Amino acid sequence: MAFEDQRTTVYKVDPAHPESETLPTLRTEELLLNMGPQHPSTHGVLKVILELEGERLVKSTPVLGFLHRGVEKLAEDGTYHQFIPHTDRLDYVCAMYNNFAYCRAVEKLMNITVPDRAEYLRTIVAEVQRIIGHQFWLGTQALDIGAMTVFFYCFRDREILLDWFDELCGARLTTSWYRIGGVERDFTASLLDKLKQFLDYFPPKIDEYVVFLEKNRIWVARTKGVAVISAEDAVSFGLSGPTLRGSGVDYDLRKAEPYSAYPKCEFSVPLGKNGDTYDRYWIRVQELYESVKIIRQCLEQMQDGPIMADVPSVTMPPKERVFTNLESMIQHFKLFSQGFNAPPGEIYCGTEAHKGELGFYIVSTGGGKPYRLKIRAPSFIHMGAFDYMSRGYMIADAITLFGTYDIVMGECDR
Amino acid sequence: MSLQQLASQIQDTFSTGVVKVVEWRGELAVTVTRDRLHEVAQYLHDDPAMDFDYIVHVSSVDWPDDDERFEVVYEFYSIKKRQRIRLKTRAPESDCIVDSLTDLWKGADFMEREVYDMMGIRFRNHPDLRRILMPDDYTEGYPLRKDFPLRGKGWRDTFEFLDETAR
Repeated sequence: MAFEDQRTTVYKVDPAHPESETLPTLRTEELLLNMGPQHPSTHGVLKVILELEGERLVKSTPVLGFLHRGVEKLAEDGTYHQFIPHTDRLDYVCAMYNNFAYCRAVEKLMNITVPDRAEYLRTIVAEVQRIIGHQFWLGTQALDIGAMTVFFYCFRDREILLDWFDELCGARLTTSWYRIGGVERDFTASLLDKLKQFLDYFPPKIDEYVVFLEKNRIWVARTKGVAVISAEDAVSFGLSGPTLRGSGVDYDLRKAEPYSAYPKCEFSVPLGKNGDTYDRYWIRVQELYESVKIIRQCLEQMQDGPIMADVPSVTMPPKERVFTNLESMIQHFKLFSQGFNAPPGEIYCGTEAHKGELGFYIVSTGGGKPYRLKIRAPSFIHMGAFDYMSRGYMIADAITLFGTYDIVMGECDR
Repeated sequence: MSLQQLASQIQDTFSTGVVKVVEWRGELAVTVTRDRLHEVAQYLHDDPAMDFDYIVHVSSVDWPDDDERFEVVYEFYSIKKRQRIRLKTRAPESDCIVDSLTDLWKGADFMEREVYDMMGIRFRNHPDLRRILMPDDYTEGYPLRKDFPLRGKGWRDTFEFLDETAR
């Protein structure tokens, strides 16, 4: 890393107060401060070089890449199926949605239609993941601002859902439950029971979180009118998800380009007015209620049926058949050694994850491996607006800014 | 506006700049020559019939066997018209520089920096073209190029071999 720019402290006269030149005691000083990469509020290994005038931010330069693992390069070396576990490690808080976005992109490339039941299962799990993501966000954002109780309440309820994931696929965080063409396994009766219980238990708990925060003067003072971004700027920066909708832009891929079981469910997309941190918080809380609504409707509408598309050249055979049936075993072996043959072409497929638009751009030249795979990570694109949104605010507001993007460095640095 | 209409309107407006129009899987990809890139992008951004105000991503593809080796890919979306378009251009290795679109979409700043970092394509008039994911002082090339080795540069092979069975 280049250290020169951090060593030099810039001493200069404040142009607004030229008289300070004659009074050496009044000289102003622009200070460079490194926040991170080990600061607990930067949500991982993120460093931001802050240029300060007193306690006000003049300019902030994000330094990314501490968690860069070359995932896009790794994708070029493996088959399409092999990349699914890598997507877990992008946004490691919400692995299910990454699996979902990736599988959808490959299905678009292969032109596969997923059976109805699988679509409902996918939507339910994706919304459960959205609840987990927003709980995690709310807890840590509140903790950053100093409200510790909310953190414990959120994580208590998040734990129930993580245990539910554990029962569903054997992992709490790195799930890899989605498959190209469907899902890995169906819900059991016990899972359905637990989910229904949770849906009755959860909405009063959201009210509880809200009471803790909205009646809290510190929370309101530190979020209202902080980090304001106008609708035009938010669109120009390519922000997405609650960060974009906080400025009142009606752009939600679940509505704009309906996919999976979302077109069959009724739900609303909450929009903010002021584009400040408080509006973005409000949207996420409203989305918790909407997610509960979507899951309820999916559970009601879901019918029995296959959970995997019937495209033997692409989708994996069921595990039981692999061990008992010769053809299935050959198929399994071929899929895992060579992969399936993708048509040459390129696609982009965006999915509305809880942070924003998570997209995969895949270029195929035929064969079993992607020629190029680009991940459109919302956290990375949100960091592009960091400098613009932080100017003029206090150092302490920089902390709320990391939080309001809901940034996860695994996804930002890839 | 359907994709065919959109494609023909762009082709009519830029009779010389458009190299190739591909429609596949419900997506439209327009390849333009490098010198017209900014002009076409400006048209897509400003013209009320187009109104592509949202930048989705900037990407790059390396085609080592082609004359114009590098491909820069822009993806835009129109929030009002609910439409997507992909704009592509090619640059040869000897002169891999294309016009920056940061003056049209502010978000292009970080996205173009990533393309520069990963593929080594430079952007003219970019305000702050530095590496973003790799370290600032990294001099071993650009990781996503196809000639960058996938499994390291071989220095691991020089490690001393420890014979575990000899114990």
